[in-house]
Amino acid sequence: MAVRVPFGDRYLAGRSAIHDADARVKLPAALAYIFAVTLTPVGHWPALGLLALPPAAALAASRLSPVVVLRRSALALPFLLAAVPLMFTREGEALFSVPFFGWTASREGLEAVLSILAKSWLSVTAAVILTATTPAAELLRAMRALALPRLLVATVSFMYRYLFVIGEEALRLVRARDSRSARPAGVCLPGRKAGGSLRWRAKVLGNMVGSLFLRTYERSERVYAAMQARGYDGEPRFLRNRPWRAIDVMLAIALVAYLAGVEVYARY
Amino acid sequence: MLDTRVDAAVSTAVEVSGLRFAYPDGVEALRGVSLTLGRGEKVALLGPNGAGKSTFLLHLNGILRGRGQVCINGLPLRRDTLSQVRAQVGLVFENPDDQLFSPTVLEDVAYGPLYMGLPPEEVLERARRALAQVGMPGFEERSPHRLSLGQKKRIAIATVLSMEPAILALDEPTASLDPRARRELINLLRELPQTMIVSTHDIPLVRDLLPRTVVMDGGVIVADGETQAILSDGPLLATHGLDVF
Repeated sequence: MAVRVPFGDRYLAGRSAIHDADARVKLPAALAYIFAVTLTPVGHWPALGLLALPPAAALAASRLSPVVVLRRSALALPFLLAAVPLMFTREGEALFSVPFFGWTASREGLEAVLSILAKSWLSVTAAVILTATTPAAELLRAMRALALPRLLVATVSFMYRYLFVIGEEALRLVRARDSRSARPAGVCLPGRKAGGSLRWRAKVLGNMVGSLFLRTYERSERVYAAMQARGYDGEPRFLRNRPWRAIDVMLAIALVAYLAGVEVYARY
Repeated sequence: MLDTRVDAAVSTAVEVSGLRFAYPDGVEALRGVSLTLGRGEKVALLGPNGAGKSTFLLHLNGILRGRGQVCINGLPLRRDTLSQVRAQVGLVFENPDDQLFSPTVLEDVAYGPLYMGLPPEEVLERARRALAQVGMPGFEERSPHRLSLGQKKRIAIATVLSMEPAILALDEPTASLDPRARRELINLLRELPQTMIVSTHDIPLVRDLLPRTVVMDGGVIVADGETQAILSDGPLLATHGLDVF
């Protein structure tokens, strides 16, 4: 039976300057951007505003749906929860206090929380635009070109390839369990509950996870055999990359110069 | 003296004698298998599940190493000849998800030639040629997980064709394919000039494509002969759990 995992590629196919840009430029550009956002002083709103411009421009140029990007960037929201206590622990000008607990919020604390929210959201948005406009295979090639350790890149590449295969396998297991998780027709036996005890159900789930692990382990041996059959000797090797384009390199330099400018402005 | 040449005068493609193999858990999968394949021969490997067919195929390029002799095109399989033998024997696994392990089709098809140390232009040239040969040009940048099973099987064959092997060893090539994908795959196999050994339960395929049949059961070869003769030997087939309809 054909199953398809509900999580798909992050890549959204399209034609735009951002889609066409070299992943070897996009990946370090996104990293440099996240770095710059992180380095921006807390509460420096003009600088953060200027830093919002590059992703906004990239979003406009990429012709991605802003709704989709916003929805994906909601991934940053949980960070806010982790940051909220800062509001009460930072010393400073009192804003309000929580009755009963006696916690006092400070202006400095609030600024810190909002900065963290803005920074994490901007960073996640940059990553969302990167992954939505770059196929995973291109990102992997970029990692290789940027001289990440080959074994690491090979591991990430296997992870990407088999995420779907293993996800489908897990889905098949869940479906097999669900289609046998029935209630008896008509009356239940007195004192017996359909579905079994929590303990028993937990045991079934545990067995499923174990069986998934074993299948994955066995698959890894078959994959390794398939690699050996085609000559694998322990050293990951890759195809050569396409040539660089001047426009990509120029864009990257422009972006880095802009980020450096914003950082200098924010500090002096 | 170390013989590393492939002798063009040798007319046997595969020569296996007295091959025995036991898995680490003690199961004896091969108990003395001897088989000789001539150049260009197309041979079916029949037998019930667990007969040792896949284990046997895994010995042809030294993925598994049992006791006994394996010679490929006159070259004995040893530790020092392993990589040469692997370039000669294209092994296509039953499950294409095991065989296709790269993020894109092109990278997978280029994998073998890349490991043979060929120049990059030739690697790409061979990959493109192999994809054209299996009728899948234009799929270079696709991810394997987005393909249908029939497409994956063809790509899996392309991944070994790009190594330009003299011998193809295929494990259940038509298993779980729908009728059209199966027909397309059979037509593809018909076109390939290589010496071929095909482990399968697909009797019509055997009749159609493979003039010689070898029957395995319990880790030994129990019959070897012309496909016509073997497929009409009812008692033999019944003894070894094979149905011919």
